[in-house]
Amino acid sequence: MNPIRFLTRRRRAERIDITDILSWIWLFAGTLAVLVPVVWAGLSSLKPAAEITRFPPTLLPRAAVEQTVSGFDKPLSLWQVTIDGETREMAMVRRIGLKAQMVDPVSPQKPVSVDVKSITPVQRLTVATQNYADPLTRFNFLTFLKNSVFVTFVATVLTLLVNAMAAFALSKYRFRGDKTVFVIIISTLMIPLAVVMVPAYLVVVGVGLADNLWGVILPTIASPTAVFLLRQYMLTIPDELIEAARVDAASEFCIFWRIILPLTAPALAVLAIFSVLWRWNDFLWPLIVLNSRENFTLQVGLNAFQGEFSVQWHYILAMTFLSLLPVTIVFVFLQKYITTGIAGTGMK
Amino acid sequence: MTTLKRGAALYQAGETIMRAVEAPVNGMERVLGRKRMPWLFLAPNLVLFGIFTFLPIAIAVGYAFTGGTNLFVSDRPFVGFENFRTLLACDDYLRPGTCRESLFWTAVWNTLWFVAFNVVATLLVALITALILNRAIVARGFFRAIFFYPVLLSPVVIGLIWKWFLDRNGLLNAFLQMLGVPPEIFLLDVGWSRFFVVVVSVWFHMGFYTLILLAGLQAIPKELYEAAAIDAASPRRTLLRITLPLLGPNLLVVLILLMIRSVQIFDEAWVLTNGGGPGTANSFIVQYIYQMAFSSDLRLFGLASAASVLMGFVLLVLTLIQLRLGRRMES
Repeated sequence: MNPIRFLTRRRRAERIDITDILSWIWLFAGTLAVLVPVVWAGLSSLKPAAEITRFPPTLLPRAAVEQTVSGFDKPLSLWQVTIDGETREMAMVRRIGLKAQMVDPVSPQKPVSVDVKSITPVQRLTVATQNYADPLTRFNFLTFLKNSVFVTFVATVLTLLVNAMAAFALSKYRFRGDKTVFVIIISTLMIPLAVVMVPAYLVVVGVGLADNLWGVILPTIASPTAVFLLRQYMLTIPDELIEAARVDAASEFCIFWRIILPLTAPALAVLAIFSVLWRWNDFLWPLIVLNSRENFTLQVGLNAFQGEFSVQWHYILAMTFLSLLPVTIVFVFLQKYITTGIAGTGMK
Repeated sequence: MTTLKRGAALYQAGETIMRAVEAPVNGMERVLGRKRMPWLFLAPNLVLFGIFTFLPIAIAVGYAFTGGTNLFVSDRPFVGFENFRTLLACDDYLRPGTCRESLFWTAVWNTLWFVAFNVVATLLVALITALILNRAIVARGFFRAIFFYPVLLSPVVIGLIWKWFLDRNGLLNAFLQMLGVPPEIFLLDVGWSRFFVVVVSVWFHMGFYTLILLAGLQAIPKELYEAAAIDAASPRRTLLRITLPLLGPNLLVVLILLMIRSVQIFDEAWVLTNGGGPGTANSFIVQYIYQMAFSSDLRLFGLASAASVLMGFVLLVLTLIQLRLGRRMES
């Protein structure tokens, strides 16, 4: 198909309206507004430390080129030099005030003295991989990462299990007090962390989990959102399946594990995606609970790092990008499920 | 093939866990009888709920009436309404400087201003985007994904990315210089920093509200638009007479959700503004609670709890309004 016709096709053969044009402007401006800060931070994270605060900034990461010249111990930086209208690449030996001593890198003879105004540095596209490598080997980054992965994984598995069990009890059994329990659990939906964070911290200290990753994990597991979501889904599973299993003398736990859990898989998958995102991105609660550096999660570590090394943007941006990567990958592959999950449940 | 293998591995893991748990749980079933099994299934959830949600709620209220810097309730002196009096004592509520707890009132006013601007801006941007994405437009899924992407990022990452974008040597200043405008240190200027906290918040969350509004728009019956087209109604008239009235309930829910969540602003503003700067220009209520309770030198848990209780009360009112609206929407 003709690509232009493909791109400009419209559902009905009307003429292009002013609202179409405005819509496209809005969409493209919005796309730019979302992508430019992210992509810009990503490109900047590849720049060498010396380049990162250059103003006005360059788009792509570049670095000064250095070359070893015979007769000199250290590598010399290369510069574009204009002498008598002729432009050449020369290596700088030293700089004295407004004069620079330059030699020809190919045949280094007596240095020429040149006005610094007539020279510009030679730069080449360079990716500063050490921005990424250094944090991995220094600054506890791997510890933060390990803590974040541990918290995210354990909290998600336990969230799925504990809430699925509660949802099973509340959807498939009739017992005295079932409605009350459900209402009590759901009523806590409206209490945000900010309101209970002081006493919740007290409880965590009381049970001896302050500055402990389990102190981050345990309070987040029992989630009214999860119970509600899973219960609604389990209500659609026909009770006859359970009756049939009971006739076959299956235990209650076997019914839960072999029949209910596999049939709830779609809801569990949505909840798993959200749980991973919540726990990976959590900030305020880990910030309260965790005090010592070796227990920090990625988000708390990043925040602490940017406070201490506020000038080392090359490291900060590289670490920011490493923590943003898993979420982006999850989103690229599961985009459809995430957006329909949110549109269906209204949670995020 | 690999999916099959992965499925098999998952199945085996499930089997292993089941075998380990099955025997003790079945033993419990024999002891308790089938009738009490639901309580066994509820137990882990209720224990965690009790310890980490209900207990804190109960303590929060008690805490608000105690003073001192001790963490444990038994070691805290009862002070009655003293914490609330401290927070609410004020000569002129419009000028936080005249209040006994001026930091609290600064935070209250900052939060109110933030809520007002953030709710209006987010609602407007999300509504326009949802209306556009509801049209028959090429690559609709792509645009929806792009607008939604920031919702998933962590507030710390968002704060850092924007901090870099707004830096003295950042891209925005480079762009302004191209236009001949002198560079500005945005986050050190009171007005600019407040403006950009709202911008970042809209940028961060609008995708979520767009999605909810879009779901509402797609639930509007197509026949109504066909009827309007037959009557040759103008697009403006269609929007004002069909789309917006039918979207009304969704708009209200989004409005209330936005208000509830805006009151709780903390993470991204904290990172973006280095903890509420410049000065206290971006200090919000959650930050006030956090600082009173957890700053190493203060530890004023009673005062922080009192502020939490006041905030919880406001949120409760907002939530009740939302529930009432939600029920009306369903019927």
